Amino acid sequence: MGYRQAMNMLMPGPEKAGAGLFRPDTPLPQIVVISSARGWRTRLAAAAQDFHETLRLWPLIWALSLFDIRLRYRGSLLGPFWLTLSTGVMIGAIGFVYARLFHQDVGAYLPFLAVSLVLWNFLNTVTGEGATCFTQSEGMVRAMRMPHALHAARVVVRNFLVLAHNILPILIVFAVFPPHWSWPVLSLPAALLLWMADCFAVALLLGVIGARFRDVPPIVGSIMQIAFYLTPIMWSPEMLTHRGLGLSLILIEMNPFYGMLEILRAPLLGQALNSLAWINALAYSALLMGLAFLAFARTRQRIPYWI
Amino acid sequence: MAQLLVENVSVSFPLYHGESRSLKKTVFAAASGRMGQDSRKRLTVEALRDVSFSLHTGDRLGFIGSNGAGKTTLLRAMAGIYEPVGGRIVIEGLVTALLDPGQGMNMELTGYENIRLRALFNGYSEQQTRVLQEDVAQFAELGNFLSLPVRTYSSGMIVRLGFALATAIHPQILLMDEWILAGDAAFLGKARQRLETMVGSAEILVLSSHNAAILMQWCNRIIWMEGGRVHADGPPEEILSAYLPPEQFEQAKTAASALTAV
Repeated sequence: MGYRQAMNMLMPGPEKAGAGLFRPDTPLPQIVVISSARGWRTRLAAAAQDFHETLRLWPLIWALSLFDIRLRYRGSLLGPFWLTLSTGVMIGAIGFVYARLFHQDVGAYLPFLAVSLVLWNFLNTVTGEGATCFTQSEGMVRAMRMPHALHAARVVVRNFLVLAHNILPILIVFAVFPPHWSWPVLSLPAALLLWMADCFAVALLLGVIGARFRDVPPIVGSIMQIAFYLTPIMWSPEMLTHRGLGLSLILIEMNPFYGMLEILRAPLLGQALNSLAWINALAYSALLMGLAFLAFARTRQRIPYWI
Repeated sequence: MAQLLVENVSVSFPLYHGESRSLKKTVFAAASGRMGQDSRKRLTVEALRDVSFSLHTGDRLGFIGSNGAGKTTLLRAMAGIYEPVGGRIVIEGLVTALLDPGQGMNMELTGYENIRLRALFNGYSEQQTRVLQEDVAQFAELGNFLSLPVRTYSSGMIVRLGFALATAIHPQILLMDEWILAGDAAFLGKARQRLETMVGSAEILVLSSHNAAILMQWCNRIIWMEGGRVHADGPPEEILSAYLPPEQFEQAKTAASALTAV
C-alpha cells in the first residue's frame, strides 16, 4: 500500500490545462504526410521527428514504466524490493568470500562490489530488454501510429526506476563502510546523464537489430555474460597491477564497459576523477549514439513490418 | 475539415522468417502472382499495389473483398502504421484506428488504467481524463469490470471498451476493421448511433467488412479490393450488386432496411 502511494507521488501531477472542460474537438489541425521517399535527408528528418514526438509523450512513457513495474510485482508482498533484497544478499555473500579470495580488505572491497554489481545488473537488463523493446510492444506498434523511440525510452525509464530501488543495498554498505567523498562527487550528475543517453541509444540500436534478426537477443545475453567476467566488476584493475600484466591493463582500459562503470563508480567510492575513463566513456558514447541514430533512421519505417 | 489522400500506394512485406525460400513456396508464389522479389532478391508479398483514392469530409467508405485482398493492410497504411514502399499518404485530421479489438491495450491492466494510458497518449489533462473515463464507462456499460484487468473481459466486452475508447476521443477520421461485428445487437445499435453523430459532424469513416447489410447501411461509398488493387470504386448499391450473387444482394438489402427500421 505504502509503495503504491509512493509511486503515485512520483507520477507527474495534474496539469491545469484546458480549464477543466473536455472539448470534443481538441486536436489541432495537423497534416501528416507519409511518403515512400527514402533519401537519407527524409530518413534523418523522420527520425528526428520521432524523437520529438517521443519527448512530447513523456507522461505516457512515465505511466507505462510505472505500470510495468506494478504489473511485474502485482500480488507480491515486497514488490520491487524483492530485487533489492536479492541484490543485498548477493553482495553480502559474494563480498566476504571474494574479499578473502582476492586478499582484499572487506571495508574497501564491499563498497566497490556493491556499486559494481548494482550498476552491472542495470546494464545487463537494459541491453537484454532493449534487444526486445520493439518485439515486446508489437500490440501497441500495430494498433496505432506512435513514435517508435517511445518503446526504447520506456525500457530505459523502467530500468532507472528499478535502479532507484537497488540503491538501498549500496546505502547500507556505505553506512557501514562510509566512503570519503570529495569534490569528484560533483561529476555524478554528468555521469548519470551520460548513462541515460547511452542506455537510450543502446535500447534503440539493439531494439531495431533485434526486431529484424531474432537471434540477437540471446546473442546479446551471451556477450554480456562474457563481458561480465572480462570487465572489472568483481575485481578491480589495481588487483592486477602488481602482477605485471601490462597488456591486459590496456585491454581493460579499452573495454567500453570499463569507462562507463568507472565514471560512476570512482566518485561514489571517493576516488579521484579518472580522466582516462571519461575519455573512454565519451568516445564510446559518441560512437554508440551516432550508430544508434543512423541505424534507427535507416530502419524506422520498417519496424512495423518486421515485428 | 478532414481529408485523407492515398496516392499510388504500394506496400510489400518482406518474408524473413520461416522457410521463405523453400521450393514449395516459390512454386506457389509463381502460381499466385502475388509474390515478388525486391531489388535485393528477397521474397516479398505485395499486399497493396498502386492504390489511389481520396476521401473528404462526410465520406463513409466501405471496403469489400475476399480474405487477403489487402483491406486490413490498407487500413493500417491509412492509419500511418505501415509506411508504404511506394507512393504517399496525406492525412489531414486526427485519426483513430480500430484495427484489432485489443487496440494496443495492455491486457494485464484494468479498464480504467488503459483509459488513462490512452488519455496520456492524447495529451489530456487530469480533468479531461476523468471526463473521458466517465464517458467510456457510460457508453461501454461495463460497470465495475472497468476496475478489473482487461484479460478477464469477454471478447464482446473488449470490443465495447475498444469502441467506446476510440470514439470517445472524437477522431476526425475513424478507421474500423470488421471485428466490430463481434458486439451484440443492442451494442451494434448503440455503436451506429454514436458513429452517426460523429459522421454527422462532418468526419470521415472507413469500414472494412464482409457484412453487406452493414456496409449498405453505414456507407455511402464502397471500394472493392482484389489482389491488393482497387477493383471497383462507387456507390454501395452498384458495387455490392456486382460483388455479391443476386440472391445474397437481395437478402442484404432487406437486412439493411430491417436494421434501419430498428
